[in-house]
Amino acid sequence: MLSLIVFLPILAGLVILAVPSSQKQIIRIVSLLAAIVQMVLAVLIWRGYDPSLPGITATAAGIPQGSFQFIERLPWITLDLGGFGPLNIEYFLGVDGISITMVILTALISAIGVLSSWTIQKQVKGYFILYNLLATAMMGCFVALDFFLFYVFWELMLLPMYFLIGIWGGPNREYAAIKFFLYTLFGSVFMLLVMIGLYFSVLDPVTHNHTFSLVAMASQSNYIKDAILGPDNVMWRYIAFIVLFIGFAIKVPMFPFHTWLPDAHVEAPTPISVILAGVLLKLGTYGMMRINFPLFPEVFQASMYVIGVFGAINIIYGAFCALAQQDLKKMVAYSSISHMGYVLLGLAAANSEGMVGALYQMFNHGTITAMLFLLVGVIYDRAHTRQIDKFGGLASYMPVYAALVTVAWFASLGLPGLSGFISEALVFVGAFSSVTTRPIAIVSVLGIVFGAAYLLWSLQRMFLGKRKPDAAYELEAGTDGHEHIHFHDWKGKLDLDARELTMLVPLTVIIIFLGIYPMPVLGMLTTSINKLVEVLSPVVMTALN
Amino acid sequence: MFELPSGAEIQSVIAGIKASVGYFIPEIYLSVLFMVLIVVDLIVKGRKNTLLPVITMIGLAGSVFFIYQQHAMTAGEMFFGMYVLDEFALFFKYFFVLSGILAALISMDDEYLNRESAGMGEYYSLVVAMVIGMIMMASATDLLMIFLSMELVGLTAYVLTGYLKRDPRSSEAALKYLIYGAVSTGLMIYGFSLIYGITGETNIFRISEELKLHSSDALVMMIATLFILAGFGYKIGAVPFHFWSPDVYEGAPTPITAYLSVASKAAGFAVLMRFFLTALPHGGPEYDNIISNNWVLLLIILSIASMIYGNVVDLWQQNVKRMLAYSSIAHAGYLLLGIIMMDELGTQATLFYLLGYLLMNIGAFYVVILISNKTGSENLDDYRGLGKKMPLAGAALTVFLISLVGLPPTVGFIGKLMIFTAMLAKGSIYIWLALIGVLTSVISLYYYMLIPLNMYLRESQEQPKKSLDIGLLSQIIMAIFMILTLYFGLFFTPLSDFAKYSSALFGNSVY
Repeated sequence: MLSLIVFLPILAGLVILAVPSSQKQIIRIVSLLAAIVQMVLAVLIWRGYDPSLPGITATAAGIPQGSFQFIERLPWITLDLGGFGPLNIEYFLGVDGISITMVILTALISAIGVLSSWTIQKQVKGYFILYNLLATAMMGCFVALDFFLFYVFWELMLLPMYFLIGIWGGPNREYAAIKFFLYTLFGSVFMLLVMIGLYFSVLDPVTHNHTFSLVAMASQSNYIKDAILGPDNVMWRYIAFIVLFIGFAIKVPMFPFHTWLPDAHVEAPTPISVILAGVLLKLGTYGMMRINFPLFPEVFQASMYVIGVFGAINIIYGAFCALAQQDLKKMVAYSSISHMGYVLLGLAAANSEGMVGALYQMFNHGTITAMLFLLVGVIYDRAHTRQIDKFGGLASYMPVYAALVTVAWFASLGLPGLSGFISEALVFVGAFSSVTTRPIAIVSVLGIVFGAAYLLWSLQRMFLGKRKPDAAYELEAGTDGHEHIHFHDWKGKLDLDARELTMLVPLTVIIIFLGIYPMPVLGMLTTSINKLVEVLSPVVMTALN
Repeated sequence: MFELPSGAEIQSVIAGIKASVGYFIPEIYLSVLFMVLIVVDLIVKGRKNTLLPVITMIGLAGSVFFIYQQHAMTAGEMFFGMYVLDEFALFFKYFFVLSGILAALISMDDEYLNRESAGMGEYYSLVVAMVIGMIMMASATDLLMIFLSMELVGLTAYVLTGYLKRDPRSSEAALKYLIYGAVSTGLMIYGFSLIYGITGETNIFRISEELKLHSSDALVMMIATLFILAGFGYKIGAVPFHFWSPDVYEGAPTPITAYLSVASKAAGFAVLMRFFLTALPHGGPEYDNIISNNWVLLLIILSIASMIYGNVVDLWQQNVKRMLAYSSIAHAGYLLLGIIMMDELGTQATLFYLLGYLLMNIGAFYVVILISNKTGSENLDDYRGLGKKMPLAGAALTVFLISLVGLPPTVGFIGKLMIFTAMLAKGSIYIWLALIGVLTSVISLYYYMLIPLNMYLRESQEQPKKSLDIGLLSQIIMAIFMILTLYFGLFFTPLSDFAKYSSALFGNSVY
C-alpha cells in the first residue's frame, strides 16, 4: 500500500516518458489520474489507520518495527564490511500518527499542484516528469523508516526542484534555483555524516547487527555506550544534534537560514510554490520530530530554550519582513516563515499541547499557504504583476475571488472558526504551560498582531477602496450599466474559473471544517505525539541512565 | 667483479622463470594483441576506423578469460619477487581491461580522431600497450619493476596525448605532460635510491622487513617518502603534483582524456596503495617516531589540498574538459581519504570509488565527445539549450554530474558513502577530514550544475548549423552508462562485495 502511494507518481512519470511531447493534454491527464489515485490511497490508509497505536519507537515487547502501521519491511542491500559485520539497509516503510498526517497532506497538495500546473505551456512533458519525481520523493520521505532510505528520498527531491524552479521560473530563476540547491545540500551533507555515525552507534535489538532503522535508533537502549554517538560520547552527540538541526532548519526555513525561501518562492511557478510551501517546508519540522529530537532526547532537553527563541525570531522577524513587502508573493513567503515559527515554538514546548499544536499547525499551514499561493497565482495570471499597490477595489469586480482570499487571509492570521486558530492556540497553550518557553510565548504573541497587520493591510489595499490610477487593469462600462474591469491580455473568465474553483473550494472547505471540528486530524495524531513527548521527557532518560 | 653463475644457478633461474610464466598469461596475451593490431594495420588497406577498435575491444574482452582463470591460483610472488599475483592485482586487471575497452569504444565515436590523416593503427595498439603497463604497475612488487611499468604507461600516454598532430593544443599538452613526467619520475627514482641505500633491497616486502628490523634515519625516510610520493602523486593527479593535468586534459583527444583521468589515475592509486600498504610499515609502537605517521600525514595533506584546490579552482572554468580535469584532481583527494584509513574497509571503499568513478567519468566524457562532435565546441556557453535539442544526452550528462557530486541515487553517492563510512568506523579522529570532504562536495555542486544550467535553463541564440542527431548506437551506449550509474546507486552489493574481495593485498604490513 505505502509502496504504491510512493511510487505511483514515478510510474505515471514513466508513462509520460512514452507519450509524445505534443500530446500535452494526455500528459496532464495521466498526472492528474495518478494524483487522484494517490489521494484515494491516502484516504484508504487513513480509514485503515488505527489511531490507538503510538508508533515512534520500538515497543517494549521487542517488536523491531514497533507499533507502526502499514509496514513494508524488506532487506534491500546487505554488504559485508569485514570487521564491522554486515551493513544492512532495509526497504522499510511504515506510518504512525506523525507521518500519516503528512501523507494525507502530501497527497492532497500534490493533486492540487497538478491542477494548478494545467496552465504550464512550456515543455509540458519534462515538467510533469519532474513533478512526478518530486511527488514520489516527498511521499517517500514521510513514510521511510530506514535512515538511508529517508536520505535517498530527501536528496532525490533536490534535483527535480532545481529544474522546476530553474526552467519554469521567473526572470531571476537561475539564482533562486541554485541557491535553493546549495542551501539544502549544505544542510544534508552533515546529515550524511550523522547518519553514518548513528549506524555505528546503534544495534538492532533483535539481530544485534548495526542498523539504519529509525525505529531502533529512537530507543536509547539500543545505543552502544562508547560508540561515536553513544551515550558516553556527550560532545559528539551535541555536535550531531546541532548539525542535524541545522540541516532540517534550512528546510523549515529557520532564521538565519531562511534567505533561500523568498527567492525560491518569487521565482517559482505557482504550482511549485504551492508544493514548496505546502509540503517541502514540512519536511524540515517532520525531520526534527522523526529524527532529530527522538534520537538525541537529552540534547533536545538542553536546547529547548534555544529552539523556542529561534521560533520566536521566526514568528516576529517573518511578520516584520512580510509587512515591508510590496510583492504579494514575497509577502506570503515571509508569512510562511513566520508561521513555521509557531511550529518551532510548539516543538520547543515539548508537552502534548505544544507538540500536537505544532503538528496540526504543519497540516494547517500546508493547506492555508497552498491556498494563499494559489490565490496569488490567480491574480498574477490575470494582471502579470504581484505588486500590492497596483490593485485596489478588486472586491467589487471579482467577488468570489475576494471572498476566498478573505477566508484564506483570515485563516492565516488565526481567526477563530478557521483551522489556523486551533493550531496556533494549541501551540500557545503548550508554550505557556512549559516553564522554559513561557517568556518566549509571551513575546511571540506579538507575532499574531503583526500577522494581522500585514494581512489586513494588504487585503485593504488590494480589495477595498477604488482602482488606483496606475493599476494593472482598466475600468470599462459594461452593457448592463455596471462598471467592469479588464486585464490587458486576459482572455479567460474575469472571476475564478471552474479549474481554479476545483482547486480552491476543497481547500476552503477543509480550512473551515477543521476550524470547527479538528478531531479527524487531531484524533489521528494525539497518541503518537503523547508517545513522542514521553520519549523526549527527562523522566524516561533518567530511568535509562 | 661479478662471477660467472654456475650451471646449476642458471638452471634454477630458468626453472624459476618457467614456473612464473604460468602466472603471466594475461600479460603475454595482451602483448600478442598489441602486435596483432600493428600487423593488421600494416596489412589491411584503407581506412580502418571501425575495424581496429573492434579488434581491440574483442581482443581485450578475450583477456578476461585468462584473468578469470587466475582466480584459482594461490596468491604469491613470481619472477624472483618482481611481480605478484593477488586479489588486489586481479581487481586492477579487470579494471584496466574494462577501461581499455571503454576507451576504444568512445574513441570510435570521436570525429576529431577519425579525421586524423595519419590513421589510427598506432593509436589502438598504444591503448593496449597502456593496459599492459598499467596491469604491471598494479602487480609490481619491486622498485625497478614499478619504475619500468610506470615508464611504459607514461611513454604511451605522452604519444596518445599528442595524437592530434594538427592541433597545437594537443602537441603542447604532450610536451607538458612529458616534461612534468620526467621531473617527477626523476624525483621518484631518487626516492627509490634512498630507500635502497637504507635497506639494500628493491623488493618491497623485504624493504618492509628491513625497516621493521633496523631503525633508520627519520629525515632520510621522510625525504625518500616525499620524493616517491612526487612520482605517484603525479600519476594520480593530486595537488601539488597536478600542474600538468588541466592542460593535458584540455589538449588531449577527449577519449584519451577520459582514459587518462580514469585508468592512469587508478594505476597510480594501485601502485601507491601497494607501496604504502606493504613497503612502509605502519603501526607498532617502535615506529611511532620514525616513519609511521609521516607518510599518512603526507597523504592527509595531499588529500586536503586536492579536495579544496580542485573544487575551488573549478568554480571559474569555462571549458567542460578543463572543468572535468579539475574535478578529477578533487576526486583524487576523495580517493586518498580511503587510503589514509589504512585498513581493509578503507581499501574496499577506495576500490569501490574507483569503480564508480570509471562509470561516471567515462560516461561524462562520452557525452562531451558526442556533443562536441555535433557542436564542435567544449565551451560551457555552447551548451546552451542543448537539453532540449539532445534530450537523452542532456539527461545522461546530468545523471553523471549528479553522480560526480555524490547525490543519491547514483553510484557516486555510494562511493562517497563508503569512504565516509570507512572514516567514521575509525571513531571520531577523522571526522574533521570527513567534514572537509563533504563541504568541498557542496562546492562541487555549484560548478557541476553549471552544465545542466546551461543545457536546460538557458536558451541558445543561434540555430545549430547541422543536425544534432547522434546515432542510435551511441544513444544506446550512453543510455547503458546512465542506467548502470543509477542501478549501482541502488543495488551496489555486487560491486561492493567485489571490492571487498579485492582488498586482500599480498603481504601487506598494515592490516
